Amino acid sequence: MAQTDQSRIRNFCIIAHIDHGKSTLADRIIEKTGLLTSREMQDQVLDNMDLERERGITIKAQTVRLVYQAKDGEEYIFNLIDTPGHVDFNYEVSRALAACDGAILVVDAAQGIEAQTLANVYLALDHDLDVFPVINKIDLPSADPEHVIEEIEDVIGIEAQDAPLISAKNGIGIEDVLEQVVEKVPAPKGSADAPLKALIFDSVYDSYKGVIVFCRLREGRVKKGTRIKMMATGATAEVVEVGYFGAGQFIPCEELEAGMVGYLTASIKNVKDTRVGDTVTDLDNPCGEPLPGYKKVNPMVYCGIYPADTNKYPDLRDALEKLQLNDASLFYEPETSLALGFGFRCGFLGLLHLDIIQERLEREYNLDLVTTAPGVIYKVYKTSGEMIELTNPSNLPDPSEIDYMEEPIVSAEIMVTTEFIGPIMQLCQERRGRYLSTEYIETTRALLKYELPLNEIIYDFFDALKSRSRGYASFDYDLKGYETSKLVKLDILINKEEVDALSFIVHADSAYERGRKMCEKLKEEIPRHLFEIPIQAAVGGKVIARETVKAMRKDVLAKCYGGDITRKKKLLEKQKEGKKRMRQVGNVEIPQSAFMSVLKLDTRD
Amino acid sequence: MLFIRKALFYGGMKGYGMKRVGEEKKTAGLYVHVPFCVRKCAYCDFLSAPGTREEKERYVEQICEEIEQEAGRYPGYCGETVFFGGGTPTTLRPEQLERILDKLRSCFCVKEEAEEPEITLECNPGTVSREDLRKLKKAGFNRLSIGLQSAQDEELKKLGRIHSWEDFLETYHAAREAGFRNINVDIMSALPGQSRGSYEDTLRKVTELRPEHISAYSLIIEEGTPFYEQYGEAERLREKYGEDRAHLLPSEEEERQMYEMTGKILGQVGYCRYEISNYALPGYECRHNITYWKRGNYLGFGPGAASLMENCRFTKSRDLKEYGAVFRHGGCGKEGAVSEEGRVERSDTSKTVPEGLDMAESLHREEQYLQIQEQMEEFMFLGLRLIKGVSAEEFQEYFHVPIEEVYGAVLKKLEGQGLLARAEDRIFLTKKGIDVSNVVLAEFLL
Repeated sequence: MAQTDQSRIRNFCIIAHIDHGKSTLADRIIEKTGLLTSREMQDQVLDNMDLERERGITIKAQTVRLVYQAKDGEEYIFNLIDTPGHVDFNYEVSRALAACDGAILVVDAAQGIEAQTLANVYLALDHDLDVFPVINKIDLPSADPEHVIEEIEDVIGIEAQDAPLISAKNGIGIEDVLEQVVEKVPAPKGSADAPLKALIFDSVYDSYKGVIVFCRLREGRVKKGTRIKMMATGATAEVVEVGYFGAGQFIPCEELEAGMVGYLTASIKNVKDTRVGDTVTDLDNPCGEPLPGYKKVNPMVYCGIYPADTNKYPDLRDALEKLQLNDASLFYEPETSLALGFGFRCGFLGLLHLDIIQERLEREYNLDLVTTAPGVIYKVYKTSGEMIELTNPSNLPDPSEIDYMEEPIVSAEIMVTTEFIGPIMQLCQERRGRYLSTEYIETTRALLKYELPLNEIIYDFFDALKSRSRGYASFDYDLKGYETSKLVKLDILINKEEVDALSFIVHADSAYERGRKMCEKLKEEIPRHLFEIPIQAAVGGKVIARETVKAMRKDVLAKCYGGDITRKKKLLEKQKEGKKRMRQVGNVEIPQSAFMSVLKLDTRD
Repeated sequence: MLFIRKALFYGGMKGYGMKRVGEEKKTAGLYVHVPFCVRKCAYCDFLSAPGTREEKERYVEQICEEIEQEAGRYPGYCGETVFFGGGTPTTLRPEQLERILDKLRSCFCVKEEAEEPEITLECNPGTVSREDLRKLKKAGFNRLSIGLQSAQDEELKKLGRIHSWEDFLETYHAAREAGFRNINVDIMSALPGQSRGSYEDTLRKVTELRPEHISAYSLIIEEGTPFYEQYGEAERLREKYGEDRAHLLPSEEEERQMYEMTGKILGQVGYCRYEISNYALPGYECRHNITYWKRGNYLGFGPGAASLMENCRFTKSRDLKEYGAVFRHGGCGKEGAVSEEGRVERSDTSKTVPEGLDMAESLHREEQYLQIQEQMEEFMFLGLRLIKGVSAEEFQEYFHVPIEEVYGAVLKKLEGQGLLARAEDRIFLTKKGIDVSNVVLAEFLL
């Protein structure tokens, strides 16, 4: 690669509310700059996980290097980073932003600003990025670009009059976007002659090359043979290869220098040596201070993950280690359950994150998992004055040792059309929300502000929000802090035996309701046995709800006509297959799905 | 060795079916499926439908040819038992049935040796006359299985049966007069509108006639039948009709009581239960039926008929048209398809019959050569349907491995739960085990 003048480099990302068309715009930009021919193009090129394509969402930030021939006659290098839109993946966005100098804000011409539009803009501004808006989906019949432009200027307070009006889907206006990238995204600064200072913003593991470190060079240069040092972990290595990002592939080059975005490999086998957010420097010519990195995001939701097949525990451990490498927000530590054996307590940014990780583990690592009910971190203050952070309900100390407990509270912003304010406020009320304010963005839309206990929104809040607003409400939240709360541990007893993996912490006022629903749900989940099985919910040893799984239905004594036994055999095989997915707790076989059933407790009947 | 070709498939395993290879006499149960009936019953999901005269005639031709062809594939077999099932086999004329039976006799040496062969014909009341029965007896059928189902006309009507209790009596007595000394009567429990009282009455009435054999099944509501629409979802029906018995099937508990009543009442008057749903006077157990549970060879003819031959399971095509296409070529039908020009074309058998296969084989579906493990599974879950269960010694004899080595843990567990019992060599289901037989039998899948 020819050496490139810093003034011709543009490092930028695309931010937007989910579904406003980030990935489609990225596709068009890639197509327009000729990196891929339209024959090679497929939708959402940068979403290369199957999961991303299926769900139509971006989970991982992706980077691609493009060459753009601008109208001024110059050739520019674009490093484009596509980012996720969902609130759970803010952390990914944050990492991507740290590698950029500017951001394209995509706003849907029909929907206008949504909760995550705001959240992402704030994130970008926190990183000192220059943000310029693009109005997408102008081909929609309901598009109202004028209105949206006004909204952007009023609500966000950034200039939007010259925002390109585009349709990423139909390739309208893409040229304008590219020109504005050249014009509005600042060129990187930083001296190539200074000591190496590069920010690790992502990494992946390759079984041949070891860890592939994605970095943004702020200062200095790096090439094959450079001896590098990770400033936070102290790990050192010799660079084997440097390069940049093609479409879905790594393209080696001679050297990376200040202002560039690229990757390096250095036969790093230990995943833990390269921490995302760390600074890479030259071992022989180190820089003084590391880069600030970025705010470490703490997991908010915890659950137990167990291999369905207990022998797969080491496989699960390896898989988690590899996933954590490019998803530093994933936290895990070993735990054991009487019901489920050896597994891990894992921390996630939210329920979607949990869902995605679980699915990635199952698909990419071919694991069959049992997941327990998700919970949050509670602070338990003991009478001894000691405070413990509780992530696993089973570890709750005896009530006599507890002075009081605190639960996490979030500040939530819900953007909703005015007709649904009523139902949404009712939902927040049901979830123990504390109303703060209503701000009218315009006459038909409002921003509701609430404080909500996190454990009330990790279940099905998002779904409930969508269903009560016919899909119109959008939602974003931030951890606000901890507050004292009347919490109890709800235990589930199956056939009189407490099943640790089914316990959860709940507000005392909802304990009865949740216990009852849990019992009902489990009654549906647990198949009939040879004997009757009582299912009980108890708080502090006192049973508050009960259901019974009746003893097994007796078999119909089927006729096997004409010696055709295949049907019979299929029936028996089905019976046996069902058994495989069961966990033995005492005398009772519990299907794995039962452990997740607490998730599906709809709060409305 | 006559069976080298097949033996290659299961790698010389010494399974039950192989045991007889090389011995003088190879035997098989022969089953003929007659896919015709007078009218489809509301609960029936078997392959049957009313047929025209021509269809029936063509069917007889096809079956005869199929028998010849299969005999070529399995030479040297003797038909120890013969069973004509359906549908209603007696919707064919006695001459037609005789023709098929004769074909079986000539192809599979069905002849009296030490024991008289058991040759069963299923029939429904009202489909056979005295004269027919005499002809059939003369033709060689020596066991008659009459589909009664219930002695209550109300219940018969709901089932969509074409006959009454009186019609049955007439057929039954006519059969006796015609010389049938081995008669089975099919009855059913758990019928819509049936009560314990009415079922008991059916049992009493039937036993008074002293048939040699009684099959007592409970009604299964099969998807795709009119009964499924009518009685399929108990919950839904309860909502609609409340507890009105007329619209509901007997409850699970009632059904169970009926099952128990069957064993008790039949036992009191000398019938012995030898299989979960079958009862007989001593010495009259259905040999053909036992063949299924003991995994003897059996060969089925006609659409949808199942076979187990030399440890290979297969089913004949259920598609009557396909049947026609295969046999039109060589059979006596010979009409072929008439083309637009009016020229009679040789039908396209070249397409339906792959090269190297004879015609009968081209109708084989779901062919499955059983691995040794599958043979063991079947040995257990089929054998345990017999009241006397399975023999540990036989297991070892067939598989050359002690049963304990394969199923030790399962047997111990099930015995511990009181679902299985052992008496010397035999392992069998207990009463409790019979109640939940599917759970027990599933344990024997490896």
